[in-house]
Amino acid sequence: MLQSRSHVRKTRKGSVIKVVRELYLREDIGCGVGVCADAVCASGVRTMQALPANANKRHAMPHIIVPDTNMFLHQMDLLEHKAFSDVVVLQTALDEVRHRSTQMYARLRAITADVDKRFYVFSNEFMRDTFVKRVKDESPNDRNDRAIREACRWYAKHLPSGISVVLISDDADNRRKATADGMFAYSVREYVEGLTAFPELVDMIAVNDDADDAAAKKISYPDHLTPSQITAGLKSGAFCQGTLGISFHNFLEGSIYTKVDGEDTSVKIIGRTHLNRGVHGDVVAVRILPKSEWLRQGDNVVLDAEEDDETLEKVDPNSLLDASAAAVPVPEQDDEMQTEETEQRAAKSGDWVRTGCIVGIIQRKWRPFCGTIEAPKDVSSDSGSSSQQKFVFFWPMDKRIPKIKIRTRQAKQLAGQRIMVAIDSWGKQSLYPMGHFVKALGNVGDRKTETDVILLEHDVRFMPFSKQVMSYLPDEGEAWVVKEEHLAGRMDFRHLDVCSIDPPGCTDIDDALHARLLPNGNYEVGVHIADVSHFVKPGNAMDQEAATRGTTVYLVDRRIDMLPSLLGTNLCSLRSNVERLSFSCIWEVTPDADIIDVKYSKSVIRSRASLTYDAAQARLDDPTLTDPVSTGIKLLNSIAKKLRAKRMANGALVLASPEVRFSLDNDAQDPLDVELKEMKDTNALVEEFMLLANIYVAKKIYSVFPDSSMLRRHPKPSATNFESLIKAAAEYGIEIDPSNNRTLSDSLDKAVLADEPYFNKLIRIMTTRCMMQAVYFCSGTLAPEDFWHYGLATDIYTHFTSPIRRYADLVVHRLLAACIGYDKTYSSDLVDKVKASELSDVLNFRHRNAQQASRSSVELFTNLFFKNKVIQEEGFVIRVMKNGFSVIIPRFGIEGIVHSQAAGPKGSTDNAQLLTHDAVANTLTCPTTGAQIRIFGKVIVRVSVEEAGQEAAQRSKLVVKLIEPRVPGLSVDPVEVQKVKVDVVPAVVDIPGVGKVKTNVGETNRVTAEMGVVSGDAVETKAGSTGGKGAGKKKGGKK
Amino acid sequence: MKSDVVSPEGFRCDGRRPNELRRFNCDMGTASGGYAGSGADGAAYVEQGNTRCLVLVFGPKEPSMRSAVLHDRATLSVEFNIASFSSGERKTKLRKDKRLLEMASIIKSTFESVILMSSFPRSEITIQIQILQFDGGSLHTAVNATTLALMNAGIPMEDYVVACSAGFGNGHPILDVNYTEEGMDVPVISLGITPRSGKVILLNLESRLHLDEFEKVVTLARDGCTQMHEILDTAVRSSAEALAR
Repeated sequence: MLQSRSHVRKTRKGSVIKVVRELYLREDIGCGVGVCADAVCASGVRTMQALPANANKRHAMPHIIVPDTNMFLHQMDLLEHKAFSDVVVLQTALDEVRHRSTQMYARLRAITADVDKRFYVFSNEFMRDTFVKRVKDESPNDRNDRAIREACRWYAKHLPSGISVVLISDDADNRRKATADGMFAYSVREYVEGLTAFPELVDMIAVNDDADDAAAKKISYPDHLTPSQITAGLKSGAFCQGTLGISFHNFLEGSIYTKVDGEDTSVKIIGRTHLNRGVHGDVVAVRILPKSEWLRQGDNVVLDAEEDDETLEKVDPNSLLDASAAAVPVPEQDDEMQTEETEQRAAKSGDWVRTGCIVGIIQRKWRPFCGTIEAPKDVSSDSGSSSQQKFVFFWPMDKRIPKIKIRTRQAKQLAGQRIMVAIDSWGKQSLYPMGHFVKALGNVGDRKTETDVILLEHDVRFMPFSKQVMSYLPDEGEAWVVKEEHLAGRMDFRHLDVCSIDPPGCTDIDDALHARLLPNGNYEVGVHIADVSHFVKPGNAMDQEAATRGTTVYLVDRRIDMLPSLLGTNLCSLRSNVERLSFSCIWEVTPDADIIDVKYSKSVIRSRASLTYDAAQARLDDPTLTDPVSTGIKLLNSIAKKLRAKRMANGALVLASPEVRFSLDNDAQDPLDVELKEMKDTNALVEEFMLLANIYVAKKIYSVFPDSSMLRRHPKPSATNFESLIKAAAEYGIEIDPSNNRTLSDSLDKAVLADEPYFNKLIRIMTTRCMMQAVYFCSGTLAPEDFWHYGLATDIYTHFTSPIRRYADLVVHRLLAACIGYDKTYSSDLVDKVKASELSDVLNFRHRNAQQASRSSVELFTNLFFKNKVIQEEGFVIRVMKNGFSVIIPRFGIEGIVHSQAAGPKGSTDNAQLLTHDAVANTLTCPTTGAQIRIFGKVIVRVSVEEAGQEAAQRSKLVVKLIEPRVPGLSVDPVEVQKVKVDVVPAVVDIPGVGKVKTNVGETNRVTAEMGVVSGDAVETKAGSTGGKGAGKKKGGKK
Repeated sequence: MKSDVVSPEGFRCDGRRPNELRRFNCDMGTASGGYAGSGADGAAYVEQGNTRCLVLVFGPKEPSMRSAVLHDRATLSVEFNIASFSSGERKTKLRKDKRLLEMASIIKSTFESVILMSSFPRSEITIQIQILQFDGGSLHTAVNATTLALMNAGIPMEDYVVACSAGFGNGHPILDVNYTEEGMDVPVISLGITPRSGKVILLNLESRLHLDEFEKVVTLARDGCTQMHEILDTAVRSSAEALAR
């Protein structure tokens, strides 16, 4: 039977067109119930049985469930629970879910694909008996509701007697109509309360009406506009659109980055009313406020959310540095100091910062949040079995998210646990959003729980690989070997003396090197990279999983692999004395390190040795060794030095970050010691050739695929980023010139103080923070001038050398294979500019998340390390603010803020300043003793760990207190001389063959969770790949 | 979010399964009826789903241009036109539209090899193709309609030319691609065969299709052509019967 579906659509240009589509209605769609005897149903997919009798008290008969669209949109946590099975997913609902929420659609599809869940997708829109034509004056929603009821009616008639159909809907009108038709219809709560075997389900019901929320009538937010009003407003230019980013320091201050009057700018949104229920990450529509309410671009206003409760109008102003980070709100604040400050600032001329207010939400980006609940206050009165649901506040770990109100009957049990909560709604009468409990993760402070929290909060996929993914591994498994058939189209390099150099304990070796003298006096240098693309074919489940993961994530005690470990640590890994497939770059190099020829080829190699950096260094330093591998390394080293000198002459930057590594206890995995990482000749050697390979591959793929190459760029940082650094360095008579990367590189080299060896490193660390983030991009989306990699001073760059742990490299491998004609039948995705550009966005997101997760993990271990310890250490001031200063402690690679206020009563704003701030000299001086805190000055501090209160979601945090110079009232007494090493019980268990496990961390561990725009891609700029790799490979060792 | 070309349940956006053709409807010899005024010697009207196509055949007749005369065989000229009202958005197409010329040239070279051209030296056969409604697959619909129109005009041919399209979307080869699916970035091949000899005389692919999938897609399109042949044959026979009666 043929039906025609037509609708009217408006095109982007604004013309209205009529779209007519055919619809073929069929009779061959089955009901999906296992016991159904019907011939059509028997030949189709049958995933459902029926819920047994008495499974639900409310509906004791055996039944199947038909939920409406809203149940799928809002109650997915319930549906994912094991109590829900035998559910009919109607196509009507499925289509609507797909249009309304990509995320929910993906989750729903995941459930329907799971056979054990017994969900069945019923294509009711294509079925003759259940198709419903929209009648005149019927809204699409009413039509869909009718279609759902029609499908229920069909099921009720179709199913063998004894099985009933239950419609679950929170729409009372829909239920009424269904009941009138003789069907069973329940609300979500009614149905779930009947599931007495699973009492916890009641807590997981999402609340969508806040009518019963009596406590929070003190605020009424403005209404959100409707989507059509928003679209009209955006089009007319009355509103602008952007992703809301909330400040780390003040959860009542957000900003969006958008285009106003043709100019890219950020718009600040300040205060509860203006934020109007926007949550961090939401895409919002903003109306720009009149100019009288704009702000002067001002100095920092750091508002430490941890100390501020909902009064929130208290502000810790601090001055200088990070001038762009925040601005001062004028009208909202009633703080005296504020006003004074503002006037001062208005006197100085500065740029205006636009402010705006949110008029509507275009897209919610709510995800489940981890955190803790506020312990119920009336614990004593509530004795044990609390069947009553109560409202409690949930504090998310992410400071940018407001606290969430949830209804639970397990408040007592959940106190002190990390739990996961999803936001359901935020009604205009409610001060805080409403949410529901999703699951409990474990106790606060437990290392495993906290690590899980880190992974969840950074959206890292850490569940084991699915069966489907594993099915794409080679059938031979561990026994896979290189066979004759693999050699087709490959160069045979098995005779070459190839070796790999990696950190100790590294199991995923993705690069190996060789060098030899050619008869004509030139050298041949080869870089061989694991041929992952041989095993991971585009588009299959394993490839898709790897693309979603994007990168391997390295935590201090764990590694979350991008690829199954059979590939990562065995078949792809270029281990010594086994034949492995590789992708090689071979250069011919003159003795002066000029490159005269380059070849790219798939190949087979047999590595002669897997060396550690130390072992390679030893071979390098021993002049007596003349075996082929050692000569190769010496040759490589001499070439690498010349290449490096050339690169430096071009203006490549050497940046620094205070990298530390943890020694972990083998059994308990507790951190035992922290030590600094050092850089050897061999590190630089490997790094140099990896850079060379990346650059040459980038050139090659760009020449063949100018529109769709995956490249990596590092934009030039804006001059304003350097202002504070220049000023600070000038105080020591050092000039920093960031006009281009060569001048910057030169001035960094000259930034040396004779009496302070650490000074140069400090300057480099500070410079790193001024850098922009390096990003992947698709070459067709930018002009070639913008391909520039600032840190490496090269015109073009990509990632080629680590396909085991980065998806971008895998894509580059595929591109290169297509370039050299090895893969003649490459998929069209490789030349699709749009897909390449989308993919690079995903990879950048994953990459950033992975870095942040590593950092959080380091922070966690730092806190664990300092737990029950009080340590006195030397530090350097790297930032002076009005009400405090921040100190970096090189010994541990940590950074902390020392507040210069005396701790006054909570909430008061007139805390005495113990140090006077001199804005011109940028110093803090103690009026009584004359002790001075100046930038880069040396101080002695005391470090300890303190648990933050429940308002801060019970995060533990490092507390840094000043010891020297002495400031009365602020300085604390020196700690009894405690040597860290002595303090730690040397309990490293030396298991034969495993040894003491050391773990290495990549980046500064900043105590304040400050990850602004300038958190540099330090690993990238510094080492291309080896820095970051080192971090992870160590961890590989213990597995 | 982008929807799948073929849903996990195995349905396409219009309710067909991957290997199903659209509804087909045709009318031969419209020239003797409503189109008599055009003076055409043969005509056919074909509907494939919502794609509607009218073909008129003129000739064999004296060539309009002296220069086009060939001494040993007939000349074939093809005009291909898409009506401005054929799609949702009204567009006035230029006469010299390169795409239309290309379509015409494809059809011309396809039929030149099947029509017994040497039977009509120094004469001309003109085929006018008009797409009245456009819903994807205009090339293969036009080819099928042209076959019917030529037969209706009584022009001798070696064999039928039947055509069908097939595409490839999220892992499934799909038959007879419609306009919505064409818009979903599906690579589409148009295949024309002469069913008795089984020879492929038309194969057109305008986007990239992985070689591994090519075979599957061509096989499916061939199946489609075979089905199409049965449909056309029935139509021709019933129209001949009506004529004889």
